[in-house]
Parts: sequence; C-alpha cells; structure tokens
Amino acid sequence: MTDQDITFTIDGVAITAKPGQTIMEAADDAGVYIPRLCDHEGLRHQGGCRVCTVKANGRSVAACTQPAAPGQTVENETPHINKLRRDLVEMLFHEGNHLCPICEASGNCELQAMAYRLEMGEPTKFPYLEPSRALDASHHDIALDTNRCISCGRCIRASKDVDGKGVFGYVGRGIHRRVAVNGEDLAHTDADASDHAMSDEVCPVGCIIRKRVGFATPIGEREFDKGLIGYEIEGKRRG
Amino acid sequence: MATNTPDEQMTGPAVSVPSIPVEEIVSICQTYGNDRHRMLDILRDVQDRFRWISPKVMETVASQTCLSRIEVEGVASFYSFLSQTPKGRVTIRLCDDIIDRFAGLAAIAEAFEEELGIKVGETSPDESFSLEYTPCIGMCDQAPAAMVNDVVVTKLTPDLARQWAQSLKAGKSPEEIVSDRFADLSPHARATAQVDNNIRHAGAVLLGPVPDDAGLKTALGLTPVQIMDMIEASGLRGCGGAGFTTGRKWKFAAAEKAEKHFVLCNADEGEPGTFKDRVLLTERPHLLVEGMTIAARAVGAREGIIYLRGEYVYLRDLIEEVLADRRARGLLGEAILGVEGFDFDLRVQMGAGAYICGEEGALISSCEGLPGEPKTRPPFPVNRGYLGYPTVVNNVETFCHAARILDRGAQWFFDMGEEGSHGTKLFSVSGDCLNPGLYEFPYGLTINELLEMVGGEDAAAVQVGGPSGTMIARDSFHRRLTFDDLATGGAIIVFSGERNVLEIVEYYMSFFVHESCGYCTPCRVGNVFLQKAIGKFRKGLANPEDIDYLKDLSGTIIETSRCGLGMTSPNPILTTLKNFPLVYSAMVKPSKDGIRATFDIQSAIDGARHLAKRRSYIYDEDFSK
Repeated sequence: MTDQDITFTIDGVAITAKPGQTIMEAADDAGVYIPRLCDHEGLRHQGGCRVCTVKANGRSVAACTQPAAPGQTVENETPHINKLRRDLVEMLFHEGNHLCPICEASGNCELQAMAYRLEMGEPTKFPYLEPSRALDASHHDIALDTNRCISCGRCIRASKDVDGKGVFGYVGRGIHRRVAVNGEDLAHTDADASDHAMSDEVCPVGCIIRKRVGFATPIGEREFDKGLIGYEIEGKRRG
Repeated sequence: MATNTPDEQMTGPAVSVPSIPVEEIVSICQTYGNDRHRMLDILRDVQDRFRWISPKVMETVASQTCLSRIEVEGVASFYSFLSQTPKGRVTIRLCDDIIDRFAGLAAIAEAFEEELGIKVGETSPDESFSLEYTPCIGMCDQAPAAMVNDVVVTKLTPDLARQWAQSLKAGKSPEEIVSDRFADLSPHARATAQVDNNIRHAGAVLLGPVPDDAGLKTALGLTPVQIMDMIEASGLRGCGGAGFTTGRKWKFAAAEKAEKHFVLCNADEGEPGTFKDRVLLTERPHLLVEGMTIAARAVGAREGIIYLRGEYVYLRDLIEEVLADRRARGLLGEAILGVEGFDFDLRVQMGAGAYICGEEGALISSCEGLPGEPKTRPPFPVNRGYLGYPTVVNNVETFCHAARILDRGAQWFFDMGEEGSHGTKLFSVSGDCLNPGLYEFPYGLTINELLEMVGGEDAAAVQVGGPSGTMIARDSFHRRLTFDDLATGGAIIVFSGERNVLEIVEYYMSFFVHESCGYCTPCRVGNVFLQKAIGKFRKGLANPEDIDYLKDLSGTIIETSRCGLGMTSPNPILTTLKNFPLVYSAMVKPSKDGIRATFDIQSAIDGARHLAKRRSYIYDEDFSK
C-alpha cells in the first residue's frame, strides 16, 4: 500500500485500490467477485451489460467503469442488487435464443453460469423475442450464431485492440443493434481461428463457435463444472 | 480506381440502383479533409446526393477515412435519416407523434398512400418517392406535420396532402411548392413560410425586445471569472431538462487545464412535444451565438459547434447566414470586436434522426462522427468531452438566457421566478387546447394558470416535460412549474378527457424503443418488454399481477440503465400508474381458472398440429374454412 492508495469497502470488506482503478479492478485484486458479462480481463471496459451494477454510496453505477473513490461504501451482493442482476440476465436470455441443452457452450457459458450464480431457478417472466438471424458458417474454421449473441462486444474489442484486425463491429440501433462482421460474411474478413477474438475465453456464450471442437470436454470437466462463475477471483481471498 | 464504377445491384425486387461514381464519394470525403470525425457530414452528403449508402460507398468512405467498413456501417445504420437501401428522389416523412395521431395522421397517411401508390415504409418502384413515419419533428403546435426532403409542411389535411403529392408527381420540387420564388426569399422568410412561430406570450428575457449583442459587449469588459460569477449568481440552470447550474458547469470546464476547450450547443430538441428551440433558432439566432461567444470567452474556447437536429435542417441556411454575418461584422472569428486574443468560431453539425443525441455524451459522440451513443461518465464532458477536450454543452435556451444576463445583470434574472428556479422559461404547449404555441413565463406558474392562458381548461391530463417527464391528472393541476415541483425542458402536452391514456402510454413506450441506442441491456431490452406489457393492457389481456410486473421491470430499467434515456423511459408508465390508477385497474381481469389471458391455447397447438398433419378437436381453423 502506498500513500496514494485509496481505501473503501465492498459489503463491509475493506478494499485497497490503486489510483485510477475502477471498483471492479480493485475488487478483483482483493478477491471480491462482482458479477459481469461484457467485461473481460485484458479488454477495455464497456459498461454495457450492466450486470456489474453496484450501489456506490447508494447510487447505482457500473463497477467496471466507475473509479474507486476514497471512503466509498459499495454494496455488491445484496438481495436487491442480485435481483436487478437476475432481471438483466433474464433479459439477455429472452432477447436471444438460449437453448442450453442443445448448445455446445453449455457448461462453459458465462450467461448460463451467471444464471446459476444468481439462482435464476424459477420460470422466467419475460416474453421471448425469438430472433431468427441466419447462421454464418461461411468461414472454414469458425461459425457465428448471432441469435445467441448477448451484445457484450468482447469480440469487437478483442479483434480490434488485441488482434489489430477489426473483424467485428456493432451495427443498428436499439433492439436492432447487433454484432456484425467487417465484410459480406465471416469468410470475407481476415478472421482466423487463432485470433484472440475467436478464442473460447472471449465469447461468453455460444455465438462464436470454433468448428470441429464442440462437445469435446466431458460433462464434469467443463469450466463451470468446477465452481460457480467468479470462483477463481473469490479463491484469491479464501486461498 | 476506375471511374463511374456502377454500384453493386440490390437483391430482391427489381429496383434500378443509381450508379454511384467512386470519385464523387472520394470528393465528398475530401470536402471534410477525409476526417473520420466528420463521418456524419460525409454520410449525410452521400445520402442527399445518392439517396442511399451502399456497401461499396461504405468501403470507399472507410478507405478514405482510414476506418474499417464495419465502423462506417455502424454509423450509417445508427441514424434514421441514413439509409442502406435506395430511397426515392423525394422522401416524405410523416411526423408520427401522438399529437399528430390525434390530429388526423391516419387520414393524411392514407391520402399520401393513395396518391403515391405506395404504403408507408415503401419506396415507389421508379424511385420517385419514399413514404415513412418519423418520431416528433418539433411541430406539435401545428400538427399534423411532415418533412418532404428538407422542407417542412405543417397543418396538413388530407386535401393538402393530396395537393402536395400531385404537385410533387407533376415534377415540382418541395421548395417550389412552398413558394414560387423560394430561392429569392431570405433564409428567415423561407423558414417562416414553412413553419409558424406561434409565439403566444413573450416574456422579459427571450421573446421580448432584445438589443443586439449588448451582453457580449458587457462580457468584453469582464474577466472570465467575473462572467462565470455573474452567470452563477443569476441562478441560471440548464433549460434542456436536467437543470444543472450553468455557472458551475462553465467553471468546471474553465478550471480544466487543456490545450483546447469547446463550447457546444445542444439544438437537438427531440423530446416529443418540445419545440421552443425551433422558435429561438428562427427568431433569436444572434442571441444564441452571442451566448455561445460569451461562454467561449468564459471558459477559453476558440471553437464551437451547434448540433442541429436533422429534423430542423430547414433552419440550416438561416443559421449559416447568421454565422457568416457575424464573421463579416467581427463578432466571430479572430479578435472578436477588436479584442486581441479573443478568437472564437463555430460550425453547424447536422444530426440525422436520433433522439438520443440530445443526451450530451451522445451529442459529443455524434459530433465526433460516431454512432450517437452516450459516453461513460466519469469523465464528464466538462473534463474530457469533444475529442477528449473540456467541453461545455448547453441547450439553445440556456445560451440565450446567458447573453441576456450579461446585458441586464444577474440580479435582474435572479429576481424573476422563485427560489431555486430563477428567470423565465419557455413552454411549448400543444395538444387539446385552443392556443397551442410558445409561452415565456417566469418559473412558478401553476398548471391551472397555464391551462387558462392556453385555452385548455378541459384538460383531463397534462404531460409535463414530454414522455420522459410526468403525466399528471386534474388533482395535480395546482402544482407549479419549477425545478423542485414539476420540472420540464419545456414540453407541456394537454390531453382532454376524450383521450385514451393507455394509447398515449403505449405510443410513448414505442418511441423509447425506437430511440434507445441499444448500448445497455436494460434500456435496449427492458423497454421492449414494457411496450409489450402495455400492449396486453390495451388488449384487455392483463392480469392484476401485471401491474406489479410493470412497476418491477420499470424499477430495474431505471436503476441499471447507463444514461438518462433508460433512467426516465418508464416514466410514462410509472406516472400514469400513480396518477391514473383506474385506467389500469379497469383493464385487468383476474383469471378464474389460473390460465393467463395472454395464453392462447389454440394458436399454441396450431404449429404442432400442422407438423403432425392432424386435425384438432379443440381448435381447427381448417374446419371453419
């Protein structure tokens, strides 16, 4: 801890932040998990999914973009906030077509894992929007099913900032806003299976699919068979 | 590159696609220095000239501005006035506000459809016409209204619509229909030939007599700090809706050390029912630029932008003329009024049909050539705004007030209105009243007093502040128009007892669904669910628990949305639930058998029945045929 370090609390736990860190970055370092979907380590923060909503001194903010402030009281895992998060996750489930039993991302899917963490056990209340966008299977190694996209934009940032390519981008507005590719279809872009944007860690759901590798991991050994989403961050504190 | 490369053909119905020469696109990009921050101008120019933005155009624009095609497409697909399919030579945009609907929009649409032989949403096969709906174009005091290319037509009747359609079909341009000698008219005369000002009550500050540049001359004798102290002491608060203290905003920006500062004017009034800035831009454009120049002196800005909503394109020439005139008279440019080092100039940035651009971060994004998405806060625009520089964004009315305060003094302004809400306010009044139009009054007026003045005593409901504001019933008409009671950016919409409150609410929700930028989950998705739920009420399919569902979902959207749009979009529902509870309870039916009224077993089994090629004993449409 240095002189410039900031101290604040999350659910009563004292957290130390370096100057310029967001609430989420400081929480991650301290082993406190704040649920998130559009945020991903190594990528710019977007603040779009709003699943990381916390109350900072009583005010709703996105923990991924909100700078940590000295003396701030942050509420994270309260019943009220988790209810808001559950609503958001349910919205994403209903906006797209998320049929876990037939999806190869099942068990590795962050949306599904978040639903488990937030105890989304009851039948959901929202209407289904049932998009029917065409599958893009043009590329030799990668397929895209944007009906499963949750608009997190992680692939956009990974491709642009990490791969230096810009394979993906958002088009449209409002409920019609979606991720699209920089060309007629994916085969007409410079996408490559070795891109960071195509790696299994970047797409949180089953939208970007690498061909010929599906269902290789047996049930019981998939990512979220090991623990609730966030277990790695929380493990830092317990460990 | 080859010249006159024909653009790629559209798939689908045989529509002749105009060929778009690559060198013309290159030339448009060069007009803006191939600057990606001028993307909206580039794409607007392409749209105006070639009537669509083809994939090929996007590639050319991308290569000229060193962007990827998908980034250009992101902008082209965001704004309603840019099109990725060819539009007609004349695009008729019917204003689809609730006020226009109540004023007979359906009959107007029908008249155009019949005369033009196309339905709303279509383009004629020979590409003569496109007919579409657009949200509020700021003409609620003279509805029904429409845009015909860049021309505005108001007070439409089915007969007038037919006349317009026939003249257009006969080859007249929209401008020629407005006036035979349109080109000879001054920009001001052109604007007022299209749109009435409807100034009903002039107050002391804005709509009464205003001496030329008196405020600016005072400002020259003051230090920047003195100017900002004066604005702060006057009690002036932002007039666009949020009501932030103007003097403090300027001080935050001035305190930020940076190579450049910017002053931006938000002339993107898109809140349905608001049209006050339209009148100021028409009648007080010099006062606006004077106010911006004063702000520039206060915060140390050398550059500014007026962000003019696409719907007000008919005012562009008027504003450009004012800017040219002021440059010629030494009121803009270098060494303003002979003061060495006081340099300020500005440009007009046209919008292209996106309500969200009235949000200051989204407005800045749009000025930067990006989709109109709000920016992450912090940093705030006063710290890092346009192109990363400290930026003051104020509403048209706010800048006009500032100029007047410099002339007449802080105390003069402070003494009008009441505690916390000083000075006067412009109210755009529309709907079911005898005298719709613009009213300037000191803050503190009650709704009853205003209704009496506008001839709206029969009102059963008043929407204060537009859809993102508050809908109140008769029992609240004693309430006052102040920041602390009924805050408004200016819209006052009067509804008589004949109107269906749920119809109004459903319309407003469809407006927010249309205008959400889609960046964040709750606003993008949640508003669609709210709209669908209100639809259930309208159809009489709602259960009592659906009232709790509306409240609960609204709460989540408000608490988790990223910007003001989502934080206020449930207001039409929440304020009517609170103030018109019977409207909802009259529509709900408790279900006797535990089956939700929305569950339609017949249609639910129909798909399966067809797949199984079986006839149904419960329901079989084919039996009845």
